Amino acid sequence: MSDHPAAGTRVGDAPSISVPSAPPGPLPAVALRGVSKVYGGGRTAVAAVDRIDLDVAPGEFVCIIGASGCGKSTLLNLMAGLDRPSAGRIDVEGRTALMFQDAALFPWLTVAANIELALKLRKIARAERQPRVRSLLKTVHLDAFADKRPHELSGGMRQRVALARAFAQDADVLLMDEPFGALDAMTRDILHDELEGLWRDRNLTIVFVTHNVREAARLSDRIVVLSSRPGRVIATFDVGIDRPRRIDSPEVSELAAQVTDRLREEVRRHGQQ
Amino acid sequence: MASNEATTSVLERGLEQELAGLDLLELADQSKESRGRRIWSATWPKLAAIALGIGIWQVVVLSGWKPQAALASPKEAWDDLWRYAIDGTLGTAVRITMRRAATGFALAVVIGTVVGSLVARVRILRAAFGSLITGVQTMPSIAWFPLAILLFQLSEEAILFVVVLGAAPAIANGLIAGTDNIPPILLRAGRVLGARGLSAYRYVIMPASLPSFVAGLKQGWAFAWRSLMAGELLVTVRGQASIGFLLQQNRAVNNSSGLIASMIVILVIGILVDSLFFGTMERAIRRRWGLLEPGR
Repeated sequence: MSDHPAAGTRVGDAPSISVPSAPPGPLPAVALRGVSKVYGGGRTAVAAVDRIDLDVAPGEFVCIIGASGCGKSTLLNLMAGLDRPSAGRIDVEGRTALMFQDAALFPWLTVAANIELALKLRKIARAERQPRVRSLLKTVHLDAFADKRPHELSGGMRQRVALARAFAQDADVLLMDEPFGALDAMTRDILHDELEGLWRDRNLTIVFVTHNVREAARLSDRIVVLSSRPGRVIATFDVGIDRPRRIDSPEVSELAAQVTDRLREEVRRHGQQ
Repeated sequence: MASNEATTSVLERGLEQELAGLDLLELADQSKESRGRRIWSATWPKLAAIALGIGIWQVVVLSGWKPQAALASPKEAWDDLWRYAIDGTLGTAVRITMRRAATGFALAVVIGTVVGSLVARVRILRAAFGSLITGVQTMPSIAWFPLAILLFQLSEEAILFVVVLGAAPAIANGLIAGTDNIPPILLRAGRVLGARGLSAYRYVIMPASLPSFVAGLKQGWAFAWRSLMAGELLVTVRGQASIGFLLQQNRAVNNSSGLIASMIVILVIGILVDSLFFGTMERAIRRRWGLLEPGR
């Protein structure tokens, strides 16, 4: 935590959201102000997210969590610029990269070529691309698999290639949509370590959507809980647990229990209606 | 606290090893059959099928069901085939026919690709021509010949016209199906990486629809070959002793063995182009994409 001075939302501080005057320190990496997204129109209109205010500080690791129908993925699409908000404004400092639950690698390209394509689409000169692909593969410890095709890799390895591809976009803000949701627990554990290391070394800002409460407590500086239908911010938890963490440590479990309680309360509220 | 210290050291020392270990465990089972074995196991059923076919043919001939003049034996057909090969008839015929096939097919590829990519991406064109293309595809090519002969007389152009009409719709349809079946997640991933407009076409849509496009090419070739044979039977161009002409000529003089020999040539060319050319291309793509079961 200490190497992220911008993450000024630790326990005891005033929450950075819903503060009208600009908070001290650098500009937020991601700033959402009254962001709403409505799909459809007329009587069939559905609000996916509703008047969301959220600031993510540079270098902060934020997890967004919520029950089904909270518009988590909608929110990431909006931040990535794949979709426009119906109301409100979104400011992102720097470039974003988006990762999905599916690695979404191109099956006709080798691992190296998949990463190279990201560089090519950013118009990076050919001579520069090869060394960068190699070093990106090294950061995710897959340099031995450069010439394999995606189908020859395991799910966890494919996700690491996707991570390297996201880094190839030179993004300052990494948006992750349940990236480890489809992996087995052991692989997910190891990838948590890997992601944490890369986040620290590269000084990234990460917005990580998950429905796994323990994963959120394991990884993030701050957990943002969304309500369902429509998605609204109903609680934020500042995670003051020292790193490195283990997903099965008592501190992580305790926080996870608190977040789970809050989520269940929200689900119950829907049951009463 | 002891467990916390252990965690730290594992994290520092072991992450790389753990990843490497996990990767190796996941990929351990990738043994491969030897190349020779694979080719043999693919070849012998085909050889057996050919032997069986010839055997049945021989039995039918021996049974005396039809007079020898109407149904020649395998031996007689083979002799005629050999004679054609030696005296150059076969070489000339194959050259003329294959030149027509190649020209027609190449033209069909160009037209099919252009039409297919336009119809696939432009909604109004899709509404207008989508079902028409399938309609043209289902139309027997022989039904085009009367019109082709009226338009182009008994000429190379008449044959070309029908070959192109036979093959192009299949190729266009392959491309349309290919772009329709691209997983949306790949298009999204492309957009996230900055592939928009033309570059989306070049780096995502075109390669993603390749397997279906090749399937369309393969089908297009089958249609082209059929149309061409029909055309060569109906339209004889002076001085062009094609395979179809050989077939027609043998029928005219009641030469059963020469007729069957010509048919064998037609069959063999069709199979060779289909399996050696398109089949190899298709398998290579499927292997790259991981769409083949292991061992095939």
